[in-house]
Amino acid sequence: MIRFDHVGKTYPDGTTAVEDFSLTVDSHASVVLVGTSGSGKTTLMRMVNRMVDPTSGRVLIDDEDVAAMDPVKLRRRIGYVMQASGLLPHRTVAENVATVPHLEGVSRRRSRSRALALLEMVGLDHKLGDRYPSQLSGGQQQRVGVARALAADPNILLMDEPFGAVDPIVRAELQKELLRLQSELGKTILFVTHDIDEAFLLGEKVVILKPGGVVAQEGTPSQILADPADDFVETFVGSGRGKRALHLEEVDGRQVVVDESGRPTGVLHAAPESRS
Amino acid sequence: MSQLLEAFAWIGDPTRWSGPGGIPVRLAEHLWYTALGVAIAALIAVPVGLYVGHSHRARGLTVAISGAARALPTLGLVTLFGLWFGIGLTAPILAFVVLAIPSLLAGAYSACESVDPDTVDAARAQGMTEWQILTRVEVPLGMPLLISGLRLAVVQVVATVMLASYIGNGGLGRFIFLGLNLQDYPQMLGGSILVVALALVLDVLLRLLERGISPRGAARV
Ligand SMILES: Nc1ncnc2c1ncn2[C@@H]1O[C@H](COP(=O)(O)OP(=O)(O)OP(=O)(O)O)[C@@H](O)[C@H]1O
Ligand SMILES: [Mg+2]
Repeated sequence: MIRFDHVGKTYPDGTTAVEDFSLTVDSHASVVLVGTSGSGKTTLMRMVNRMVDPTSGRVLIDDEDVAAMDPVKLRRRIGYVMQASGLLPHRTVAENVATVPHLEGVSRRRSRSRALALLEMVGLDHKLGDRYPSQLSGGQQQRVGVARALAADPNILLMDEPFGAVDPIVRAELQKELLRLQSELGKTILFVTHDIDEAFLLGEKVVILKPGGVVAQEGTPSQILADPADDFVETFVGSGRGKRALHLEEVDGRQVVVDESGRPTGVLHAAPESRS
Repeated sequence: MSQLLEAFAWIGDPTRWSGPGGIPVRLAEHLWYTALGVAIAALIAVPVGLYVGHSHRARGLTVAISGAARALPTLGLVTLFGLWFGIGLTAPILAFVVLAIPSLLAGAYSACESVDPDTVDAARAQGMTEWQILTRVEVPLGMPLLISGLRLAVVQVVATVMLASYIGNGGLGRFIFLGLNLQDYPQMLGGSILVVALALVLDVLLRLLERGISPRGAARV
């Protein structure tokens, strides 16, 4: 369990990134922070592994204040996936994945075989293990980043716009893959994005942030969709207009789903027969 | 032109290639002084430069000091240190150390600075200690710049080491100063040619090292 207890962060240059933020992320849950650029998402996420120290308040993991923990040990037991994959360019893919096990003194052979297994797990051919990161596509690099974060079998995964830099098709694939992994592994996931669709897809709980790390609304995707807290949330979610305000039109005897501006977005099929 | 030919004839004379004052001995002395000066300078400048580059601390101060050191005339330093320490190796070696430090310092801090800050950030976030970040990320990735600093230092020192002979030491400078005193121009020119050739050879060797050592994954542009 991760708990943000009235945390705030003012950077040395005077920028207040987060004013007063509180949130509890239950164990094995996936929570998504979503908000516009500069709303303090990265700052909040990096407080968990002490890449940023809050200037007020505390972050607790299983009721223990992270400020009292050794940052190096803490970081080794938390998986962190970042937007620019952050792989070491002079190490092979397998060596990159094995970074933390290797630092922890696991033998080269064992950490390598674990790395290759992890590559398969995130949907990569283990033959890619001997390539260098520059020889992979952006989507493949992101998968390697996920594999690396999983290498030490951490309980907590921090993911900061991990799929932000890949095209929509690969992105959808990676999202599906993450959902599958999560159903198998049951990690505690804190995920950051500015894409509301991604947030609703991946988050059991979604937290919508305004600038300054102010919580606009916190809830399950359906709660937020059904009952947006204010205009900000409503605009952000796009409910009440745009592509979420859908209606049906009949075209050539079929039910076509049309958005507010009249663009067809899909065809309505009968609900699949319920399986017994 | 004929002087140049005479100089080459002087170099080619087989009697110069043996004996205690022959070219091989002077060449070895020359290399030894160079290695000594650069090694002592590296012992000081590389750790300081890596510290500055890794921590981003005291960068302005470092640049200012190495700029000032660059501006010092080496002959003046040799003379000054010579007055101080007397005849011998201490004075010239000290001067070469001062000469080599700026290039080595710049090579070391720019080696760290050349590494993508996101890569360093990611390494830290994985749980590397600062020492591991330096030795496993910044040094390997910055190695070409580090070697390039070494190359510049070596080339500068090797061309200047002849000043050691100016206050009574060996090295290829012996031929130059002896030739000057005796008005034996072929010898003087021959000595100079050997110094230039040595500098060029070392430059090429270190360039090859620089290229060979650049990390594999990062080599692709
Ligand atoms: N190291 C820093 N020094 C000073 N200000 C910073 C620093 N890091 C972030 N900030 C500022 O803090 C605010 C929040 O930044 P943060 O990176 O947390 O936002 P974000 O929500 O992750 O944005 P994005 O979606 O663009 O990644 C911004 O105004 C940013 O300029
Ligand atoms: Mg961010």
